[in-house]
Amino acid sequence: MDSFFSIYLWPGLIMVAQSLLLLVCLLVFIAYILLADRKIWAAVQLRRGPNVVGPFGLFQSFADLLKFVFKEPIIPAGANKGVFLLAPLVSVTLALATWAVIPLNDNWVIANINVGILYVFAISSLEVYGIIMSGWASNSKYPFLGALRSAAQMVSYEVSIGFVIVTVLLCVGSLNLSDIVYAQKDGLGTMVGLPNSFLDWHWLSLFPMFVIFFISGLAETNRPPFDLPEAESELVAGYMVEYSSAPYMMLMLGEYAAILLICSLTTILFLGGWLPPLDIAVLNWVPGIIWFVLKGSFVFFLFAMVKAFVPRYRYDQLMRLGWKVFLPLSLAMVIITAFVLKLTGWA
Amino acid sequence: MTAEILSLSLQLSMPEIILAVGALALLMIGVFSGDKSTSTVTGLAVALLLVAGLWLIFMPGEGEAYGGAFMLDPFARFMKVLALIGSIVAMVMSVGRAQSDQLDRFEFPVLLVLSTLGMMLLISANDLIALYLGLELMSLALYVIAAFNRDSIRSTEAGLKYFVLGALSSGMMLYGMSLVYGFTGNTGFDEIAGILSSEPRHMGLIFGMVFVLAGACFKISAVPFHMWTPDVYEGAPTPVTAFFAAGPKVAAMAILVRIVSEAFLPILADWRQIIVFVSIASMLLGSFAAIGQRNIKRLMAYSSIGHMGYALVGLAAGTETGVSGVVLYMTIYMIMTLGTFACIMAMRRKEGGNVENVDDLAGLSSTKPFMAIVLTALMFSMAGIPPLAGFFAKYFVFVAAIEAKLYALAVIGVLSSVVGAYYYLRIVKLMWFDEAQGEFARISGELRLVFGLSGLFVTAYVLFGGPIGTAANAAAKSFF
Amino acid sequence: MGLQAIFFYLFAFVAVASAFMVISAKNPVHSVLFLILVFFNAAGLFLLTGAEFLAMILLVVYIGAVAVLFLFVVMMLDIDFAELRSGVLQYAPVGILIGLIVAAELIVVIGGSVLTPDAARSITMPIPNPAERTNTAALGDVLYTNYVYFFQIAGLVLLVAMIGAIVLTLRHRENIKRQDISKQVARTPATAVEVVKVKPGQGV
Repeated sequence: MDSFFSIYLWPGLIMVAQSLLLLVCLLVFIAYILLADRKIWAAVQLRRGPNVVGPFGLFQSFADLLKFVFKEPIIPAGANKGVFLLAPLVSVTLALATWAVIPLNDNWVIANINVGILYVFAISSLEVYGIIMSGWASNSKYPFLGALRSAAQMVSYEVSIGFVIVTVLLCVGSLNLSDIVYAQKDGLGTMVGLPNSFLDWHWLSLFPMFVIFFISGLAETNRPPFDLPEAESELVAGYMVEYSSAPYMMLMLGEYAAILLICSLTTILFLGGWLPPLDIAVLNWVPGIIWFVLKGSFVFFLFAMVKAFVPRYRYDQLMRLGWKVFLPLSLAMVIITAFVLKLTGWA
Repeated sequence: MTAEILSLSLQLSMPEIILAVGALALLMIGVFSGDKSTSTVTGLAVALLLVAGLWLIFMPGEGEAYGGAFMLDPFARFMKVLALIGSIVAMVMSVGRAQSDQLDRFEFPVLLVLSTLGMMLLISANDLIALYLGLELMSLALYVIAAFNRDSIRSTEAGLKYFVLGALSSGMMLYGMSLVYGFTGNTGFDEIAGILSSEPRHMGLIFGMVFVLAGACFKISAVPFHMWTPDVYEGAPTPVTAFFAAGPKVAAMAILVRIVSEAFLPILADWRQIIVFVSIASMLLGSFAAIGQRNIKRLMAYSSIGHMGYALVGLAAGTETGVSGVVLYMTIYMIMTLGTFACIMAMRRKEGGNVENVDDLAGLSSTKPFMAIVLTALMFSMAGIPPLAGFFAKYFVFVAAIEAKLYALAVIGVLSSVVGAYYYLRIVKLMWFDEAQGEFARISGELRLVFGLSGLFVTAYVLFGGPIGTAANAAAKSFF
Repeated sequence: MGLQAIFFYLFAFVAVASAFMVISAKNPVHSVLFLILVFFNAAGLFLLTGAEFLAMILLVVYIGAVAVLFLFVVMMLDIDFAELRSGVLQYAPVGILIGLIVAAELIVVIGGSVLTPDAARSITMPIPNPAERTNTAALGDVLYTNYVYFFQIAGLVLLVAMIGAIVLTLRHRENIKRQDISKQVARTPATAVEVVKVKPGQGV
């Protein structure tokens, strides 16, 4: 019995506790990310944004949460009830499940698995199901069109995201997310004799892939300018049209969790994860998690600014960009990177 | 795999590499210059196949490549050259019909080249995985070109039917392969043979072998896996049917020969029963079911089922003479078939429109005497009447069967060839003794060349066929 | 071993149950969703055997791409499954026969592995110790060296599939307005704009 406790129970309990902690932090963070999104958007348009609930509107997201929870959920008469209710659950569960392998700091990861990046890629490729299922189960025209658009869009951009990840893997030589961060300690900067700094991170050495990843990330999470699945001027709100109250909130939650995931993935793959921007005494004292959050927030800031600046793509333009620009470009980069690594012997 | 082995492997598989790289280049040419480049691409594709064939004939070098997965021996060389000839002739014949059958898109020659590449890989396969991949590469391209005329319901139906049944047969074959792999722990033919000869065979392995043979029999359209043949032959555009009847049959027969006489040779007694059964069933069905056919393409389908049955007679013997008989049979079969299909493609009314009924050949001797003479020679040869080539083909396989003491098989073979002769001779009778109902349009040069050469081959074989027989014997020596 | 066994039975049970649901569900979309569940559990089983790379690739390829397209097609087409099922009794004997054959073979295989447990001893490529060489690296070791030939042919097979799909379905329709970005970008004021002096009261 002793062994049962030491082998299964305590590690299990610790893991559950860690997961809960991460989950709570994540949800609170999402609440503020949502607020930040609205505030930035408002600021660009010279508005104030939400400013009523709490000081500077800081509690706005929590007010929204209460409102969603207490409203009546409406299920359309023609909807396929089971799938209709399953869809938000699927989308939010998948979006949160990915976080199990994201290293927030040195060794701060719930499951440090060998194929971490593949796991992230696999689960994020499943997120399309939340959208397809909700679109289909609503049994209504706009949601269905939105679902079809999003399925094609996400599958298309996954291809270039996959190639970007392959390039990074070529440079790192491991599928483990922590290893990817460690590998960015040394890089272009140290090669020319500088101390460890932000110049070593992959964003510089793989700059084209960084750009492709960022833009594909926008498309993968249905963020503007690629928010065609919910394009409000054409499809009202796309796959979310028929949703209300708590299920709607879960769809939104899933969407933002996915966005946050892409932000932290960008941080890990290209911005050196928890590494400080300069390896000097003062910056080293700051815990890695702070750097991680700062970098992630910076990427999200870019996401929010894109939303405020760039008009929406037309559907054929979106497809053209994915298949005719990003796919050849990222494929060529994979080959070039492999050749450079092989010829110079860096990997 | 060291660099040396790799370079040797690349050298041995150079014809395949030429085809693969060439097909990609042709695809690029086609994509960037559109459908107007079809004739250029077709010409280049023929050139590509020619280069690969010449390389095969003139460049020395034999042995295993890629860690034993690829085998270039005299047998492979012979069969590959045969498959290449079949593909080249079929491609040349398709040019005249491209417009009317809507084959005039640049993907058509590219797919033919890729399918031919699949045949060559299949012929050289010395490993179950290589076998499967080669087979799939060949068949997948065939499914597509069967349905190539996508505005024709019959062509689409042919493609779909072929695809569904082909996928089923691939599934069976894979299932069998997994059993063989499970019970021997190897996918290489040599290793499988080694294990089979050193220890008692297991029941599961026999199951596996049956399924693998079933998959191969599907591709050569032997009974009981022949159901697709008549519909696909009839539905597919005629140039495509000609292609189907030539190279793929040769390649599938080659792999059947290789797998039974290399991997499964130690359990000869087990597979011989299967081959004997399939052979008898194919010969009988080929002879009897063809009698009622009015459409000449369907007739050719049943004829090819029958011919596969005769070729398998040689394989059932399981000896060197038997395999050499199979090789010779496939050579003669392919040349006869290509000649006949050249004649079928020439069946075009003056007022336009292709016809493909047997009755449309009535009175051909008065309107197109040269074509009538050639077709008569081909029909006599197919029926196995001496001294034409078809007789020798049958003669050698039957001799091999008798040498292996398979008397019943040989007797049934002879009897069914007598039945089969009926419908071949009926065509001859139609051409020479019936009234002509209409006249065919002028026959294009390439078709005339193909059936002329084919007719010359079947008649002159008795005089000059010696070297081919010698080459077939040399090919058969690869296994024994 | 206890936890592993529990997970094995969990995955296996759910996989078999949802496989059954795939063929018995009335709604084709539900069938596909259950199929996805089967894939998921198969990935779980792969994980249990230590084949983590295969598990993830199964997720990415089968669920992330193939099943999405399945779902796409099933949603778009209005398939009347009741009608498709109407002839099921007619084919039942054949189905039962095939089922029996497969069952017999399974018995042979399982019986064989019980009787001769050393049948797999002559295996060509032993699995390296996961502690020394990760699954992904072990696959990479052989895939691009010993198996490069197969890898390349598999690539060609996929190429043929792609050409085939395009040949059989793509139609270049006339009267469709396509955007030519290079043309748009190459436009200059000189080619696009004309300045006209308009006299008052006359129009252009």
